[in-house]
Amino acid sequence: MDAFLASLADPFRHEFMQRALLGCALIGFTNGCLSTFIVLRRLALMADALAHSLLPGLAIAILLFGLAPGGLFLGALIAALLVALGSQLIANSSRIKEDTALGLLFACSFSLGLVLLSISPVRVEIHHYLFGNILGLSDADLWTIYVVAILVLPCLVALERPLLLSMFEPSVAASQGVAVNAMNLILMGALVLTMISSLQAVGVILALGMLIAPAATVYLFSDSYSAMFWGGGILGMVGSCLGLLISFWLNLPSGSCIVLTLGVIFLLALLLSPRYGLVSRWTRRRHLHEQSLARWDSVPPPGSGKHAHDHD
Amino acid sequence: MAAHRLSIRNLTVSYHRIPAVHHLDVELRCGNCVALLGPNGAGKTSLFKAMVGLVTPETGSIELGGHGNANTRHEIAYLPQREDLDWNFPITVSGLVEMGRYTRLGWWRRFGREDARAVERALSMMELTDLADRQIQALSGGQQQRAFIARALAQEAHVMLLDEPFTGLDKPAQDHLSTALRRIAAEGNLVIASHHDLHTVPHLFDQVLFLNGELIAFGNTADAFTPENIERTFGTPAFSGH
Repeated sequence: MDAFLASLADPFRHEFMQRALLGCALIGFTNGCLSTFIVLRRLALMADALAHSLLPGLAIAILLFGLAPGGLFLGALIAALLVALGSQLIANSSRIKEDTALGLLFACSFSLGLVLLSISPVRVEIHHYLFGNILGLSDADLWTIYVVAILVLPCLVALERPLLLSMFEPSVAASQGVAVNAMNLILMGALVLTMISSLQAVGVILALGMLIAPAATVYLFSDSYSAMFWGGGILGMVGSCLGLLISFWLNLPSGSCIVLTLGVIFLLALLLSPRYGLVSRWTRRRHLHEQSLARWDSVPPPGSGKHAHDHD
Repeated sequence: MAAHRLSIRNLTVSYHRIPAVHHLDVELRCGNCVALLGPNGAGKTSLFKAMVGLVTPETGSIELGGHGNANTRHEIAYLPQREDLDWNFPITVSGLVEMGRYTRLGWWRRFGREDARAVERALSMMELTDLADRQIQALSGGQQQRAFIARALAQEAHVMLLDEPFTGLDKPAQDHLSTALRRIAAEGNLVIASHHDLHTVPHLFDQVLFLNGELIAFGNTADAFTPENIERTFGTPAFSGH
């Protein structure tokens, strides 16, 4: 028994695990809060495309400045802006729709990144870009995440009302004097900043998992925006840390374990949520609300009473 | 209350230099339920959008009880058609109605007792108190309409602009909504609703405003809802400025 408990406590004794847990908590929380907007604005695919298309920016930063974090951040930011603006430009100036433009730019951009990396003097594993290395977080990584969280979260909390209005009914929000376009820009800015900061630490796939799964899970339980926002943050934090610990105990790749943990929690919610879960939907009697159910039960069998047609 | 009026003077609205509403001059008095009638492209939605400042008029002015448009943001509530609304949005009926207070509260101010009272009152006026905790998708079409009107009530708007509020409602739901709108008008507010089912006009509205690019006729339903005005509005193509 003592040996078991000792093995449970084991991860907390290593410094690299302490850092990784801190990183997970911080990234998980920020991404989890932001995931509310990804789910409600249906930005998941856009976030995916954007995250992949950052590669050439990172590659050019590596060619110019090596692996310095500041350079990487700037490179990614510029690449994100170019891809987002480029897809807007194509969509506005031709009959090509924005998702087509974004999808095409993302494929080209990712490929350009691979070409650039192949001529880079610094050896960079593409695997690292996809999954990062949460066990090897540097001080600079942690600080970037911390600063971005401090910028992004208070901004989203302070702007809760205008953001909510402009997501729900943009035209009504505008008629009440909300600057809807500015709100969209702020949201995209927050998304790009958060994505880049977590990308360096945990890679594209993990960043995306953390950016979509938490609020999607809470969305299956709650009809409250605040519950999604804060619940998403807490779930992102707790789920990521849990995934990291599981990977340590079972000696499995950490990034994938975190994403899978978040995925399994989502799947459980999808099945078991009392209100919007699949199991409760399958077991519920169709179309019959409790009241009409009671009336139905009190009605004489078909053919014998005049009420039968009231309850078709 | 009775002194309130909405004056539209010489209003012209255009998109890309193509005019949608021309030199509209009309004065509406609060306390009425007005049908806005006209064929597709007659400028009904453009008129609404100009009233709430979503499009800038080419010429003319819209004044409510003597104030300019800038001061009347929360006096006028706009309820557009909601085909593209995400009905799964995580919001309940009371959450929706609370949104009506945002214009008064701004970004920061806490929700106070007065706000709670306004929300409660709006819910009970629209007979939604029992449904306050329902998610908005779990309502019938008529209840959804009334929930959005309750939000406008919580906003304490004096003028309500409704885009086709009766579309898709069956007869009992139409009657219910009409009763609610008349109650709002009776409290000294102005209700303007665009409407396309001419048969139900006399039953639902006190006044009619015929629009087809320009003003065709305006008056009490009993006087102005005539076959001639209907023919002049719907029988000829919209005046396009040429």
